[in-house]
Amino acid sequence: MREGMFRNLSGCAISGIFSRTGKRFSGKLIVDSMTVMHERSNGLGGGFAGYGIYPEYKDFYAFHIFYDSYAAKKDCEEFLEKHFDIINLSKIPTRKVPQIKDEPLIWRYFLTPLPTKLASSQLDEREFVVKCVFRINTTIKGAYVFSSGKNMGVFKAMGYPEDVGRFYRLEEYEGYCFTGHGRYPTNTPGWWGGAHPFALLDYSVVHNGEISSYDANRRTIEMYGYKCTLLTDTEVITYIIDYLNRKVGLTLKEVCAVIAAPFWSTIERKPQDEREELEFLRSTFDTLLITGPFSIIVGFEGGMMALNDRLKLRSMVVGEKDDMVYVASEEAAIRVIQDELDRVWSPKGGEGVIITLEKGKS
Amino acid sequence: MAVNYIYPEYEVVRNYDRCIACRVCERQCANEVHEYLPDLKKMVTDDSKCVNCHRCVALCPTRALKIVKTDHTFRENANWTGKSINEIYKQAESGGVLLSSMGNPGQYPIYFDRILLNASQVTNPSIDPLREPMETRVLLGSKVHRIERDEKGRIKKVMPPHVELSVPVMFSAMSYGSISYNAHESLARAASELGILYNTGEGGLHEDLYKYGKNTIVQVASGRFGVHKAYLNSAAAIEIKMGQGAKPGIGGHLPGAKIVGDISKTRMIPEGTDAISPAPHHDIYSIEDLRQLVFSLKEATGYTKPVIVKIAAVHNVSAIASGIARSGADIIAIDGFRGGTGAAPTRIRDHVGIPIELALASVDKRLRDEGIRNNVSIVVAGSIRSSADVVKAVALGADAVYIGTAALIALGCHLCRSCHTGKCNWGIATQREDLVKRLNPNLGYRRLVNLITAWKHEIKEMMGGMGINSIEALRGNRLMLRGVGLNEKELEILGIKHAGE
Amino acid sequence: MKRVYVNEQWCLGCHLCEYYCAFASTGGKDMALVLKDVEISPRIRIEEMDGISFAVSCRHCDEPYCVKGCITGALTKQDGVITINREKCIGCYTCILSCPYGAVQPSEDGAIQKCELCIKTHAGVPQCVLGCPNGAIVFEERGA
Repeated sequence: MREGMFRNLSGCAISGIFSRTGKRFSGKLIVDSMTVMHERSNGLGGGFAGYGIYPEYKDFYAFHIFYDSYAAKKDCEEFLEKHFDIINLSKIPTRKVPQIKDEPLIWRYFLTPLPTKLASSQLDEREFVVKCVFRINTTIKGAYVFSSGKNMGVFKAMGYPEDVGRFYRLEEYEGYCFTGHGRYPTNTPGWWGGAHPFALLDYSVVHNGEISSYDANRRTIEMYGYKCTLLTDTEVITYIIDYLNRKVGLTLKEVCAVIAAPFWSTIERKPQDEREELEFLRSTFDTLLITGPFSIIVGFEGGMMALNDRLKLRSMVVGEKDDMVYVASEEAAIRVIQDELDRVWSPKGGEGVIITLEKGKS
Repeated sequence: MAVNYIYPEYEVVRNYDRCIACRVCERQCANEVHEYLPDLKKMVTDDSKCVNCHRCVALCPTRALKIVKTDHTFRENANWTGKSINEIYKQAESGGVLLSSMGNPGQYPIYFDRILLNASQVTNPSIDPLREPMETRVLLGSKVHRIERDEKGRIKKVMPPHVELSVPVMFSAMSYGSISYNAHESLARAASELGILYNTGEGGLHEDLYKYGKNTIVQVASGRFGVHKAYLNSAAAIEIKMGQGAKPGIGGHLPGAKIVGDISKTRMIPEGTDAISPAPHHDIYSIEDLRQLVFSLKEATGYTKPVIVKIAAVHNVSAIASGIARSGADIIAIDGFRGGTGAAPTRIRDHVGIPIELALASVDKRLRDEGIRNNVSIVVAGSIRSSADVVKAVALGADAVYIGTAALIALGCHLCRSCHTGKCNWGIATQREDLVKRLNPNLGYRRLVNLITAWKHEIKEMMGGMGINSIEALRGNRLMLRGVGLNEKELEILGIKHAGE
Repeated sequence: MKRVYVNEQWCLGCHLCEYYCAFASTGGKDMALVLKDVEISPRIRIEEMDGISFAVSCRHCDEPYCVKGCITGALTKQDGVITINREKCIGCYTCILSCPYGAVQPSEDGAIQKCELCIKTHAGVPQCVLGCPNGAIVFEERGA
């Protein structure tokens, strides 16, 4: 059975590296970080997201697509041609690695929406792109868009993260932010699309945990035009963040106050302004509250956010050195790439750590 | 007449070795079943009058009494049961509509009993409610996902009117007239102490209970009894009663004999007149008329209180709910076919309406499919019997539940289903002063508080077991439910998987 | 001192308090065995008329007339409770006449009987209070 027809629960490892000055560094660092946490995965999924990796095409949407067959590729490209101006397309360069098997076709396209198509849709550009991604993923059989942001990309497969990193030649990419994920699913997925990170536009989420509120969250977010095809926690979390941040207009800090809302007893003790704001957010967006253990790293254009569930039922460590910020499931995964740290700490449950590029950097 | 002699359904069995002829059974039976014969120094009973209310059994200090179903039978017949036969005798005799009280007692499937809950293990930790916060607080009202910011960029706390409950349980509508003043006082005081709400029902609000207004839902039913501006403004929320689960499609009738004193005053009708609630509201013949009434009530209360629309669960309940969600109402209350009543025609009570579990699942799904689930909160009623039923209802999609029969049982009701006689031996469904006295609100309200407190703890235990620590994460979380012994269609309508999947 | 008080608003006239009182003073284990075919003589009695009922028992007055009038000293006040020493009572019935509440009664063996708050039989937990099904009888401190 393909992933998406059943619910696959997993424990995992996550890691993220961010440069506040926008200094670009090699993807090798994130692979090294994930290698140390080998025991947290079981080889059934691994992946990375990189930001700032396509500076020459930074104004175009970079679609990464899996195809089961050439026929699927043909159908999908037909669709893309009708809706976008395809600036460039190519296979994503990979190297043969014995541990990575049964690879699908993996292609990359740099696109911009066709102006007439965009105008007649009466949608803003990002909503247009999202709708196209959903159309492909739900109606074009055999094609799956797994990355759709500008100047960023997701690289994922079935295998240990370090093997996936070698497969995609991640050391050849340079970016100001990389996140990584290793998966330990309890059901055997048959399909690469199910690995993590999950991405939509420039939001990418890597997640360690199993949320108990999944179905309540899914049934709510599906009312707003999202279709949860993978049945994974990461997918629904990504959609929730996209919805609250992009469509409703909440800041990321406010998003944390919705998905990892403090307890009522904590809210009652806050000063009046803050209390009213928290009460409003929690009451209005009540079914988007996420319960159950989770630690997530969210990548977005120009920044990265790390968040734990409010009972802090999963580990997460943050380290800083100069302009670099490191987040991981284990301190060892940070130390292996940066032994000397100015500061290292564990964020409190429910408190998001939001890091952005300093002003003027891009 | 011999042709329609109906043998008493119940027999009072007295253990004469234990009977000390204290006569409490005689003094306390409003149906005059027991009598003391001084010459024989013996208690005797007239079984034909017994309604099986257990008042005598409960009070007997030596446990000398019990009530048993008679073993006098008709010839066995799965089709023509004794009940069906006796009902024909009664109608041949009276020419009248058969009346019954309380909820449908028939053998229909109870879906709550075929649904099982999840618990977290290994991959996801369960949470201990004794050591970690476990939140059962609910807000009922419209929750549209829209924000406004002030000049400083801070979010403005602008929310549509809502009510807050400490636990997702409220007391259902039971009118003053169908139940006693003491029962109303017990409900009001318990709601106040628990931080939940009770519902006045269609009999208006007694002036002595205005002080519990913060915890009151006032009902505007088709007869509009007791509806005036102060009534509306005194409450926390207003409920428009479009239908009732026990008797969908028909109205209500309280005989003139009961409209006396405070009942007449509270309902604002002359003493001795029959209180007839017509079948439709005669100013609501279509959905747009309902919208008009919703907004009239909001105008009258300055848009400060949420408006609830209560409907019975019938075949097209999803479509009706969708219309209501777009009519400006803040909360929809759905009453399933097992709901209770003071009096209703037996055939309507037993054969009209659908189970609340199925109605809830379809309404929740339909509103989500249309993207309007957040416009309203959903409250369900119609036989919520325990905290497990509450948890299952929330998981199917309800925001909160109403309890009627369960609350009355906590007050002492033994479900003898004779409310329509007006001789409730427990002081609940009666207006006779000597009987109403039997329900002491000081004791009654405490029992209601105990019941809901106990349920609250059980709900927390079940939530903790599922790894959920705030009840909003359980709402509509159907993956936490599995069915047993349900067919494909039932599983599909409920939107849950079968156990083992 | 705690006393037994009756709230007439909740008294149903069911007479159960009388039976629990009678049972309490027998010291028996099963009411059915002990009170079978017995005409009870309880220390708390229901007064009823026209739909109003009320249970009457010894008020354990601060200035008890019964103690004042007792010629043998059988009636005494101990820790606020008016108690009887049945050996000393000679059955003159002065106390019955002087009690303004009618709370003292004769008993079968000639000595008088009255409510003693169950101190001799149930460690001071009055049984009428436990037996009342409607919370009409309470045992509490009311200052006076």
